[in-house]
Amino acid sequence: MTEAVRSVRLPPSHEASADQNWVRVATCDQIPPRQGRSVSIGDRELAIFNLGPSTELGAGDRFFATDNRCPHKGGPLCDGIVTGVSAVCPLHAWKINLTDGRVERPQVASEHCVATYAVRVDEGVIAVSVPR
Amino acid sequence: MRRLVVVGNGMAGMACVEQILKYEPQFRITVFGDETHVNYNRVMLSSVLAGEKAADEIIINTEEWYRRNEIDLRVGVRIVDVDPRAKTVIGDDGSVTPYDALLLATGSSAWMPPIEGLDKDGVFAFRTLDDTRQLIRRSGPGTEAVVIGGGLLGLEAARGLQVQGCRVTVVHLMATLMERQLDKDGGQHLVRTMERLGVRVLLGRSTKAIRGKKRVERVEFADGEGVDANLVVVAAGIRPNVDLGRKAGLTVKRGIVVNDAMETSDPDIFAVGECVEHRGICYGLVAPLYEQGKVLAATITGHGGAEYTGTVQAAKLKIMGVDVFSAGDWDVSGADQIKYEDSGRGVYKKVAVKDGKLAGVILVGDTSDSHRYMDWLRTNVDLGDTRGQLLFPPPSADAGLDVAEMCDGATVCGCVGVTKGTIIAAIHERGVNTISQLKESTRACTGCGSCTSLCQDLLRAVAPDFEDEKKKVICACVPFAEDRLREILRSQKLKSVQEVLEIYGNGIGCEICKPALSYMLDMLWCGDHDEDRSARFINDRVHANIQKDGTFSVVPRIRGGVTSPDELRRIADVADKYRVPMVKITGSQRIDLLGIKKADLPKVWADLGMPSGQAYTKGVRMVKTCVGTEFCRFGTQDSTGAGIELERRFEQLFTPHKVKMATVGCPRNCAEATVKDIGLIGIEGGWQVVVGGAAGKSVRKADLLTTVETTEQALDASELFFQYYRENANYLERTYDFVERLGIEKVRKETIYAPDAVKCGLRDRFAKSKARARDAWLEGQAPTDPTQFASLEVLDKVFT
Repeated sequence: MTEAVRSVRLPPSHEASADQNWVRVATCDQIPPRQGRSVSIGDRELAIFNLGPSTELGAGDRFFATDNRCPHKGGPLCDGIVTGVSAVCPLHAWKINLTDGRVERPQVASEHCVATYAVRVDEGVIAVSVPR
Repeated sequence: MRRLVVVGNGMAGMACVEQILKYEPQFRITVFGDETHVNYNRVMLSSVLAGEKAADEIIINTEEWYRRNEIDLRVGVRIVDVDPRAKTVIGDDGSVTPYDALLLATGSSAWMPPIEGLDKDGVFAFRTLDDTRQLIRRSGPGTEAVVIGGGLLGLEAARGLQVQGCRVTVVHLMATLMERQLDKDGGQHLVRTMERLGVRVLLGRSTKAIRGKKRVERVEFADGEGVDANLVVVAAGIRPNVDLGRKAGLTVKRGIVVNDAMETSDPDIFAVGECVEHRGICYGLVAPLYEQGKVLAATITGHGGAEYTGTVQAAKLKIMGVDVFSAGDWDVSGADQIKYEDSGRGVYKKVAVKDGKLAGVILVGDTSDSHRYMDWLRTNVDLGDTRGQLLFPPPSADAGLDVAEMCDGATVCGCVGVTKGTIIAAIHERGVNTISQLKESTRACTGCGSCTSLCQDLLRAVAPDFEDEKKKVICACVPFAEDRLREILRSQKLKSVQEVLEIYGNGIGCEICKPALSYMLDMLWCGDHDEDRSARFINDRVHANIQKDGTFSVVPRIRGGVTSPDELRRIADVADKYRVPMVKITGSQRIDLLGIKKADLPKVWADLGMPSGQAYTKGVRMVKTCVGTEFCRFGTQDSTGAGIELERRFEQLFTPHKVKMATVGCPRNCAEATVKDIGLIGIEGGWQVVVGGAAGKSVRKADLLTTVETTEQALDASELFFQYYRENANYLERTYDFVERLGIEKVRKETIYAPDAVKCGLRDRFAKSKARARDAWLEGQAPTDPTQFASLEVLDKVFT
């Protein structure tokens, strides 16, 4: 999946900027490989995914965070089946790229993107960067 | 009639004899074979070792074939001498057999490199069916196997041993795997693929000795290092068997020298196959044998003029999931090289073009258009116009286009040498409609099997009543038809979805194939597989049915629709306690609690104290019943009792698609058994068992499976059908499509009318699955992972 490799963005710098805040949400072992879990931060609900070890992302588990709402009908993305670097919404099978929030299927206008959040892992703890 | 003696009962000898038999009979034929088997497809031995084929599936010529053609077959007799003056051959059983014409098809033997200790117990070649059987017997989990030789045969042996459970190391003298077929880059891709499969590869190692007391213990390299081993396979190459040629006084170099007419230096002695040397080349692959055999048959029967001018060498690695193809001379000097490499997909292609013509090709990871290159090589066509499309075929508008592009003289089956024209003639003149008929009629597709899809395409395009034996593949991630895949998973003993995806798929999978594979593994291993919840739909992760707002519905099991005041009270209490937005009586005589939060599911289940009704999964839903003889004045059978029993027997099992059942006490059919996947219809003195009914998206009246006298018999017949459906339907294929596809006659024949052994098998596997099946809601108290039903809780105070 070279296509996926290209779209992987490096997370922003680890220093929280003025309007961003790193929030620790879980330990790595709380999310099994190739599954997602939801977490509420303030009034946001995020989906945190563990993409598991894979050829395109390397040996270790990799974590990504998005809004937990499918842009289609609001389905919980955290409950979707993970396929590569995407998740498939359990309601109507919209396919969302977890690295950039793009809707991969069906073909829809780009404003139907899902918000993504930078993730970092320190000593087995997952933290996401959310706006203040 | 003249006496023709054939020494060698292998592929080359018998292919040649088949050609000779096409001419007017002029020989009494005697065949000597030192193996004790009829002629089998040696190319397929690796498939036997890998468990993909049974030994009897690779037989080419049956005993019946020898009899029918009046061939005197002497198996287990090795010819040890030839007397060209007396024109006799002498067997190791002391027999002396006179000949008028002698055909040497002695093939080749495994070459044993100068390694100390080759006589140790546990060292094998991989050349014959007996070798293969020995290897299967000696391998298994815990066996450390070392394969010496990283060529075609060595790699196929390695994969086969690994499938048999061994830990396998391939030790190769050269710096590149399959260096005769691959360049350095192609070889590196192959190393990665083999290692991904779990085969260790050591390159550039010269094996010095095999150590051990009596049995093999260790393989030692010239550099002093080594690996522990208790099984060693030597696949370091082959040497033509030329002994008899020498004894007959023939000109022998590396092989028995033949001319273009396939004559040796003795006018009464002929030779074919791997034992010959033609224009300085000894061939070790299957296609040349057939081409030589044709020419030899013409020469020996006096139809002179046929000429063998050599064969374009082509090799294809036969390891499922590892695609490697190489043909021609890709290293020829002065050629232009065109390359493509996709490290993500593991695809590597290299094409060498010289003087505007294809000189050679290497394909790793994607060999789907190998036939195109073979065709260019054979016809030596000028590539002028196609230069820009050498690495990928132009997008074809329809499936027929690829075959339409081939001319009638183009070779479809390179092994047997069958052209497109021959196949079309067979279709028109002999009414060929299926691949099996095509094999029978033209022998196409009986060698290495790599032309199967091309033959399919040709049949599809030309045959008037084409019957596709190939079913559609699951999805692009795992490009196999489901029945094929079931065979593969079973024979390769694969137990996890991720493993299957990595070996036979794209390594990733999707929402279509993952649940399908999950089901398949659960069914094949009767629940004793490595369950991976990430491969299941959310409903099967949390055992409830997801609703449009992300909440879930809960349907407890109410067997046969019969409940109790106590259960109803608990349901009512749960509805109150969790403020369940809707409580609904379903069409299945059950109660649905809708709008429950994921995190509440375990508590709801515990409070209900009832097992899961599986209303969310592709599995056993329910048995709908009428009141039957218990209360109904028309009832002839106890339909509620039978329904509860039926539900108890099948519940908690997964099926290809949902299974809904019903039992009715009389033909008035109040619980609609005639439109259920399985229905029991009470009649005076017995039951009718009906299957394949539907009243959903499709409406279909169920077919009568059988009529029986007792309830137990009705349940038994249902069980046979139920397990048969589990094992043979495609994922997401309802019984009504399944029964319709197969026809009820076939279903009956393979269930209730099947031989006892078959029925026992179905019952045993059913019982095994049932013994492992558990109420899914027990996971409410013992989750598979700590957050199975929970949301994550932030560890920091937010926005400090």
